[in-house]
Amino acid sequence: MSAEIEEKASAAASAADRRRPEPRHEPLVFERSGRGKVGYSLPPLDVPETLAIPPELTRSDIEGETEITEVEVARHFTRLSRLNFSIDQGLYPLGSCTMKHNPRTNEEVARLPGFAAAHPLAPEELTQGTLELAWRLERILIELTGLDRVTLQPSAGAQGELAGILMIRAALAKTGDPRRIVLIPDSAHGTNPASAHFAGYEVKELKSNARGTLDLDVLQAAMTEKVAALMLTVPNTLGVFEDRITEIARIVHAKGGYLYGDGANFNSFVGLARPGRMGIDVMHMNLHKTFSTPHGGGGPGSGPVAVTRALAPFLPRPTVERRSDGTFALDHDRPESIGRLRTFLGNFGMFVRALAYIAAYGNRIGDVARGAVLNANYIRAGLAGLYHLKYDAPTLHEVVFSDKRQAQRDVHAMDIGKRLMDYGFHPPTVYFPLIVPGALMIEPTETEGKAGLDAFVEAMRAIARESEEEPDVVRTAPHTTPVRRVDEVAAARNLVLRWRPSDAAAPRGAP
Amino acid sequence: MKFLPASDADREAMLRAIGVARVDDLFASIPAEVRGEPELPPPQSEIEIRRLFGELSARSANARSSAFFLGAGLYNHYVSAIADQMLYRAEWLTAYTPYQPEVSQGTLQSIFEFQTHVCLLTGLDVANASLYEGASALAEALLMAGRLCRGRRRAVLSAGIHPEYRETVRTYFANLDLEIAEVPLAADGGTDARALEAAVDERTFAVALQSPNFYGRVEDWKTASRAATARGALSIAVVAEAASLALLAPPGQAGIDIACGEAQSLGVPMQNGGPLLGFLACRTAHQRQIPGRLVGETRDAEGRRAFCLTLSTREQHIRREKATSNICTNQGLMALASNIHLSLLGRRGLREIATQSHAKAEYLKGRIATLPGYRIPYPGPTFNEFVVEAPAEAQPLLLRLARRGVLAGVPLSRYEAGSPNRFLVAVTELNTREEMDRLVAELGAAA
Repeated sequence: MSAEIEEKASAAASAADRRRPEPRHEPLVFERSGRGKVGYSLPPLDVPETLAIPPELTRSDIEGETEITEVEVARHFTRLSRLNFSIDQGLYPLGSCTMKHNPRTNEEVARLPGFAAAHPLAPEELTQGTLELAWRLERILIELTGLDRVTLQPSAGAQGELAGILMIRAALAKTGDPRRIVLIPDSAHGTNPASAHFAGYEVKELKSNARGTLDLDVLQAAMTEKVAALMLTVPNTLGVFEDRITEIARIVHAKGGYLYGDGANFNSFVGLARPGRMGIDVMHMNLHKTFSTPHGGGGPGSGPVAVTRALAPFLPRPTVERRSDGTFALDHDRPESIGRLRTFLGNFGMFVRALAYIAAYGNRIGDVARGAVLNANYIRAGLAGLYHLKYDAPTLHEVVFSDKRQAQRDVHAMDIGKRLMDYGFHPPTVYFPLIVPGALMIEPTETEGKAGLDAFVEAMRAIARESEEEPDVVRTAPHTTPVRRVDEVAAARNLVLRWRPSDAAAPRGAP
Repeated sequence: MKFLPASDADREAMLRAIGVARVDDLFASIPAEVRGEPELPPPQSEIEIRRLFGELSARSANARSSAFFLGAGLYNHYVSAIADQMLYRAEWLTAYTPYQPEVSQGTLQSIFEFQTHVCLLTGLDVANASLYEGASALAEALLMAGRLCRGRRRAVLSAGIHPEYRETVRTYFANLDLEIAEVPLAADGGTDARALEAAVDERTFAVALQSPNFYGRVEDWKTASRAATARGALSIAVVAEAASLALLAPPGQAGIDIACGEAQSLGVPMQNGGPLLGFLACRTAHQRQIPGRLVGETRDAEGRRAFCLTLSTREQHIRREKATSNICTNQGLMALASNIHLSLLGRRGLREIATQSHAKAEYLKGRIATLPGYRIPYPGPTFNEFVVEAPAEAQPLLLRLARRGVLAGVPLSRYEAGSPNRFLVAVTELNTREEMDRLVAELGAAA
């Protein structure tokens, strides 16, 4: 790239509120290691030294492991952290991920000793606090979904999907035929077909109509007595609410199938409408999306599943129950249960945070959806005409533009996303949903103010302009990030998935 | 509302820009008959939330309020203050999956380092970015082995594998036309090598063994790798107490193909059983069938070292129903905590934690063995957990002790009929001699 372009790119970016991370590179923690350094201290052993394991079953060393002081560890991880973009730095409009503010009260209460230092196998009589907390969260999710029972066990949304489909399968199997097929619209998340597959089903994809929603004729034709369920994301990944949802449910139910609601987008109507009334039989929720448990650089998630009364016998074991005397207990004796999906009760630490989050809103929880939908529509209005909108149906919490106009100048969705980094924003989700070629999927969430949205719209407008006037600046973006465009193709071609002790002699690091 | 930055004036201006009169007009696509507002209490302030959760926390016995010896797959190990406090940094806490490497080098490099730690501890070549927790990690490892041995339908599992892991595997396998054979343990609480070998046939794709096993017994990984290799199957090492990896022979050196399990012991607080930290490591030859995220090293446009997610053609967002797993969100923050912990403790500290845990457990085991009426039913080597047989039913005995502030163990009656008097006792570097002596005294008095 020419110096002139570089200069322009940088000037445009410095006009925006961008970060200047320092330093731009940090060696691996293994490369900071030095023989004889110590980063910990333990009390002296207060019992006799013993090794009562046959020597052939032991090891004498962990070759290559670190030797480093606490100071160096503190600096290493602080420096690394500064190479990340995060919600607390600015708008993180990653569509479908619901990157909202994470209240710190929730972090604090999750670390109370009765939660953080608790063990689920302590006697029930002495763990009433944790059981009650789980029960309370279940009650609230029941109230919000309008369904009858909830399991908190699934570790994340995808495991919730698996649990939901397994429950449907168990219910159908009980009637004699688990059926063969699960229907999934072509706009769905990849986890839907993957989960259906791991539950033993064949996936049949349904083509969306010109609005980007489910075509009822297509559904009617596909919905046979071989179909176990329709997995439907509500609203769908375009942010469009299936306004004929109750008819959809009737078509599915008429053939004895179940309607699975993917609750990844629950943030758009939480507190305003109830999946149970829509005819949804099973719905998973992502506590890390709608209920603001931190995304943590890729987890932990938590994927509770709400079901109708008819599916309740099949819930994963154990369930949390309130006895008639008001005490709480776990029920393991559930003969029709699909079984366990994991150890213990689920991601309890996330239950604490989600319950605290919901408590802060209480009966005003609908304001979450109102704010999210207002913000997304404001961005939509601000960018209409500049970016192509393949489907122009009304949208709720997110809006999916495409790069169709910019592609004429050979500027693509990925380039636009990367250029946004120079303006101080995280890119939207790109190239998803698959039904929109060159998709730019924008979800601002309710925790963004007008000023932040205006700045984002301004940046997107500037990028649209740059795509016309100086497309190279966009194509070669980002220009101001800790590293420049990363070569992902090379990473896959020449796999280096770890550091090796032999690398210590000849580090591959940057200058 | 303190989490909603828009002022009334902002909202008005935004509605005007959109061209609607009221926010509710934006919801016109949601039919009236499905609408409904929930009955919930009024919003709570931070002060009230602290009060409510403080009260719930106070009604939960825990490792700080009691002398603590619970384990069974979840352990109370030392976690340095910095490993937790670093998680508060917004750059870690409030970022997501590093799909965009240019603004995620921190997370990506930390995962690369975590992958390396797991490889060094297990003696294997490649590790993924984490899985949910141990039980589903085993299910994923078995499914992976099944893909690598196409056409074979049988998995052989030692009955020494954690019962909740085995139950999870049954859930995952229920509809996949795969068969599970469980090989019962020998009378000494260890896996019977001959019985395991005899259970493996030409249809077997995997042989899985846990060490230390659910009853605390240290097993020989070679038992699994020999049985598997003889029939062309893959061997899987299951680790539920990852602190043991610093003291016990690493699976990779014993011919194991895949190691998986729970790394909570390495820097993650118990948190009442979750979030935890599943891991999976394997040989280079099998890396293309690994489930979950992987981070690789590469270069940026200016030739500098950089990291990114890689081999994503294995994953659900690309391959949909043909993916190696349905997993998307995994345990990013826990993997970070563990990376910090492992880096701090490092080469010597990890061994010291392991040797202290072992020595203390041996001390306690020896003292309980001398108590009248009590017995250590399995004589073989253990790491930091062992079975005790009490002179009376374990569950009421343990409840009595718990009421006196000693969480003494986990009754085996939770998992199996036929051993009502037996319970599991776990010891870590956090247990003091004084605490252990108190447990012995309480057990003696309760007998």
